[in-house]
Amino acid sequence: MSISRRGFLGTATLAAGVAAGTGRARAGAGKDRFPGYAGSMGLLHDTTLCVGCRACEIACARENHKPRPTARLGDRSVFGRLRRISDKLYTVVNRYIKARGKKPAVYRKHQCMHCQEPCCASVCFVRAFTKTPEGPVLYDPSVCVGCRYCVNACPYHALAYEYDNPMSPTVQRCTMCYPRIKEGKSPACADACPMGAIVFGKRADLVKLARRRMAKYPGRYVDHLFGEHEYGGTSWLTLAGVSFDKLGLPTGCSHRPLPELTSGFLSIVPLVITIYPGLLLGFYSFTRRKERLAERARVEAAEAARAAAEEAAAARAADQKKLSEARQKKAVDLAVAKALATRDSEEGAGRSGGGEEGRS
Amino acid sequence: MSEQSHAAPRPLLSPFNVVAALLLLLGGCAAAYRFAAGLGPSTNLDHLNPWGLWIGFDVMTGVALAAGGFTISSAVYLFGMREYQPLVRPAILTGFLGYFLVVVGLLVDLGQPWRLPYPFLVQSGPTSALFEIALCVALYLTTLFVEISPAAFEWLGLKRWRRLVHSMTMALTIFGLILSTMHQSTLGAMYLITPSRLHPLWYSAHIPVHFFVSAVAAGISMVVLESALSHRALSDRVEVSGERLDEMTVGLAKAGAVVLGVYLAIKVVALSLDDEWALLLTPYGHWYLFELLGFVLLPMLGYIVGHRERRPTLIRISAGVTVAGVVLNRLNVSMFAYNWRLPAADRYWPHPYEIAVSVALVTFGVVMFRWIASRMPILSEHPDWRGEH
Repeated sequence: MSISRRGFLGTATLAAGVAAGTGRARAGAGKDRFPGYAGSMGLLHDTTLCVGCRACEIACARENHKPRPTARLGDRSVFGRLRRISDKLYTVVNRYIKARGKKPAVYRKHQCMHCQEPCCASVCFVRAFTKTPEGPVLYDPSVCVGCRYCVNACPYHALAYEYDNPMSPTVQRCTMCYPRIKEGKSPACADACPMGAIVFGKRADLVKLARRRMAKYPGRYVDHLFGEHEYGGTSWLTLAGVSFDKLGLPTGCSHRPLPELTSGFLSIVPLVITIYPGLLLGFYSFTRRKERLAERARVEAAEAARAAAEEAAAARAADQKKLSEARQKKAVDLAVAKALATRDSEEGAGRSGGGEEGRS
Repeated sequence: MSEQSHAAPRPLLSPFNVVAALLLLLGGCAAAYRFAAGLGPSTNLDHLNPWGLWIGFDVMTGVALAAGGFTISSAVYLFGMREYQPLVRPAILTGFLGYFLVVVGLLVDLGQPWRLPYPFLVQSGPTSALFEIALCVALYLTTLFVEISPAAFEWLGLKRWRRLVHSMTMALTIFGLILSTMHQSTLGAMYLITPSRLHPLWYSAHIPVHFFVSAVAAGISMVVLESALSHRALSDRVEVSGERLDEMTVGLAKAGAVVLGVYLAIKVVALSLDDEWALLLTPYGHWYLFELLGFVLLPMLGYIVGHRERRPTLIRISAGVTVAGVVLNRLNVSMFAYNWRLPAADRYWPHPYEIAVSVALVTFGVVMFRWIASRMPILSEHPDWRGEH
């Protein structure tokens, strides 16, 4: 028992150590709401201004050393189908609603949203993603194992993977032109947009700008700024004249950051490590105790049975003895009576001899 | 017994061996192509569906189906159900092979598999459910290896090692149960972060518990199936009589019925808490009901009737249905009900090469089980160690 107790304490200490070790690392995804880095940058995409020229796509490809999109600037044929971002296309403009009469077509540019509390960062088991104080979410390919949990978990389908690279594939996505931001420049797409549909600035200012536009032209915009609160907010903000689900974005998103959904569960893990050994050893000792009691009951029952059997045997022996004694006595009595009777008759017949017989 | 197998060695060119060799060759070629050409040409994975059959089946399902080891060893060593002792070793061997194949499958799927130790050696991401799973699976695979090693030590005659490992049985069982509780449920927890991508009928805040309880059901059912199959296929190595096996099968049916009953109940609880009854009337709802009624309720009833009327065949069929149901559930969560909002053209369906690798992994597990069980004391006790457990 002393060994198992020592073992239990050891495990408990280990668990406490694990909890202490992970607690610090998880502080970023903990219970306290992270309001985003103060003064971080963002981009506002006003879809009511976008005309689908795709200058942003071409500028993005050039900036990120990607092959130039085959469809030329202004080529409308690409809008026949919904295109997705890929490892060669960090950003893509789609036409979601065709022009009808006087109503213009509706386009939306898609790319990594650069979440305030990124889902990709929390699901990465090598911590390859970092939310920088400047706003961009950065990815470090040098540690990436290629599990693609980030690509699978992103609610905006904004990450891509180099499936055609057999030896060193990495995750590919918009970097919000982090190097350009560090140089004090705007991201390439914002610079390239001829319509002013992409505005670069401090995220807090962009929220105010979007609100001013919505207040000034209430008929032009739906009353929602996508990215202000979605899953804790994103650095890319989107304004639209139609419901966002028509623009391929999820609606009814929680305002709580996605990482919170996992952190609650993971906090139970140290508890399992701490509680289980004691609980299971408890179960085990119940089982052992039951077995021991059953064993003892068995032994006692066997002893009792043996004692009873012995007693019964003794009683039977005594009975037998008594019986045999009685029988013997009876036999003696009978013999005596017989002898007496013989003597009497002999005496009666003629009193000669026979005295010996009667005495025996 | 060993004399017997020496006297009549199995022919190398048996139909089983030929089919197994073909399947292994096919899978091996597919895996080689994957490393030569990359994931793109060899799979149907894309940026919208980065996880396919190799994660959904090889990992998600493989881990669940390998749950028999911890289920039976806990029952026997912790809860004192010693009459099931003969099932422990085959269950642990199945578990060990299962986890081994999970890791092999993962290595095929990972973009840069040689970096698998990075989370422990280079940079850790403890906020990820995957980090916990990686840690648990690494530790549990080691635990299972140690737990099955006495069979090899007995086979090789290494008595001191056998005695040493045997003295750790309790610690290993408790460690295995802790690790299994954690990673079986955490596999479900991996989907907690995807509320917008997984269909609400399968998505639940309780999904970790759903995964754990269904894994226990899968573990029990796998033991029922695996003991029946090995009893038939490796009859010359089996020590337990057919009657004794039927006896144990009838006993396991009771456990299976209880676990499936609990699983059904917690699924209904999740349905009620999220108030998703209306969704049952949609096509996804029908599919959900098909899974829940056909592969949980039905085998549960089969287990109950089989236990009460002592019908081992009915119990084995119910075990097969339960296992199929857990496979279906894991595939639903990871594939069929995942990304359900995407248009049909963007949905994932496994590539033939992906199927070939998965089939080869299962085949490899069966071949390895046969190979080990025909040599080492798995289905029977070693004469030197009779009755010592």
